[in-house]
Amino acid sequence: MRALSWAYLIAMLGFILLPVAMLVIFSFQDGRLPVPPLKGVTLEWYGKVLSDRALMEALVNSLLVAFVSALTALVLGFLAASGLARVVLPGSAWMRGALIAPMTVSYLIVALGLLQMFGQVGIRPSLLATGIGHVVINLPLCFAITYAAIGEHQRSALKAARDLGAREFQVLWFVAAPMLAPALAAAFFLAFTFSWDEFIIAFLLTRFDVTLPVEIWSMLRSGLSPATNAVGSLVFLVSLVILVALELTLFRKGAK
Amino acid sequence: MSIERREKWQGAALVAPALLWTLVFFAVPFAGMALMSLAHLDGREIVQGFDLGNYLKIFTEPALRRGISVSLEITALVTVLSVLLAWPLAWIIATVVPARWRRLVLLLAVLPFWTSYVVRSYSWALVLGEKGVVMNALVGIGLLAEPVQIMATRAATVIGFVHFFVMLLTLTIYSNLVQLSPNYARAAQDLGASRWQVIWHVILPLTLPGVMTGAFLTFVLCIGDYITPQILGGNNELSLPQLIMLQLGRRGDYPMASALSVVLMAIVTLAYVASARWLKMERM
Repeated sequence: MRALSWAYLIAMLGFILLPVAMLVIFSFQDGRLPVPPLKGVTLEWYGKVLSDRALMEALVNSLLVAFVSALTALVLGFLAASGLARVVLPGSAWMRGALIAPMTVSYLIVALGLLQMFGQVGIRPSLLATGIGHVVINLPLCFAITYAAIGEHQRSALKAARDLGAREFQVLWFVAAPMLAPALAAAFFLAFTFSWDEFIIAFLLTRFDVTLPVEIWSMLRSGLSPATNAVGSLVFLVSLVILVALELTLFRKGAK
Repeated sequence: MSIERREKWQGAALVAPALLWTLVFFAVPFAGMALMSLAHLDGREIVQGFDLGNYLKIFTEPALRRGISVSLEITALVTVLSVLLAWPLAWIIATVVPARWRRLVLLLAVLPFWTSYVVRSYSWALVLGEKGVVMNALVGIGLLAEPVQIMATRAATVIGFVHFFVMLLTLTIYSNLVQLSPNYARAAQDLGASRWQVIWHVILPLTLPGVMTGAFLTFVLCIGDYITPQILGGNNELSLPQLIMLQLGRRGDYPMASALSVVLMAIVTLAYVASARWLKMERM
């Protein structure tokens, strides 16, 4: 059974890592098609991609939307979680349900609903429209993570701060936020990643100032190209750097 | 004002912005979409109204009805395959792999999770294409006389999906497995159970809530995804999300796109109701 287990593990890792390996390897292809055989190694495609203005603009747009929408979702989610953790309001359970609800709906439906509504009230497809959509999908996540992190211990600390005369914003800023910092950071990075990688909402709600996934999508129309491999590898590299940074800072601390 | 009432007001004030956002940018558009599904298209004009014509069409017009069955078939197959492949993988990582390698192996097993979703589908197009590495290998070792077409078929869509969801399920099942106390397995072994019996009768049932939650998540994400079927499956058969996008693009048929979305939503809701008693959403 041991040998069988290892064989299965290796086979599955092969299956899981194969496409990414091919993506990265053939981004160095010295030729026009990113398929075997590897004709030689060149950095030409990376140079091409990094000097592509449309791509770089899309990259900046993506970073901007991801940062602003993740931060907005985090603030809204954090406030709502501290409010609901603080007092039992009439309809608390109902409110929690309403805040989580968008999580169960496919992004396509969120996008379509917003597209129609924005069309009727005259908001043009734009980065702002996309950002609003990304807050909708990330708010439930930020709320759920923050809410789950507020336990009995946190509750009594917040109550103590209030009893000692702290104002509400002081309680939130000086007590709640530092105490919940790991959860808040995790929520922010998850929301950032989801927004950064989100395609369908950005596709339907932008027109000229597109985000990176949408720009990559339009690259796909011209078929297989090592340039697309190079973009994909770069995106992968950025995610890996973030992942390693998180692993070394946040999660390591959390594990102790 | 009493302290208690002031507390309530402050609590409500903190929740209000998030609720307002969800109401304005989620509930209202959603209601608008439901309303839109009851309108119809006259030429290029959208005529508001209250008619169920779109829904009637969805269940009678073969092209549209086919979309529902295509989506259901693909999603069911992907969900089952992903669970079957992910469970042993999660179990092996949690029990067979030595503790100090565990984190590294787990990281490797979900590494492609961190590539962009669009790029991941594209990489499968690279691998599965006629000149891709899989065909090269199969022809090279003589298993196939000449390349077979996988791209632009359902098989490609399923492979792309399974790849993604195996990673997702491995994570959820793994976290479930490591939370189990080793005492259950020990007790069963002391009572004379073989290793297979321990897995089958003790560990597997204990991970069922995690498996069901992961499977539900797989179902929901899979049936609503446009990217994978579009890039890998092509246009030979259209899934529900592809049909929705087609309505939007070709003639701006918002009413029909909305009706299809409501159907998609209904399917997800049904799946939730059917599996609700096994789900442990709060664990996620």
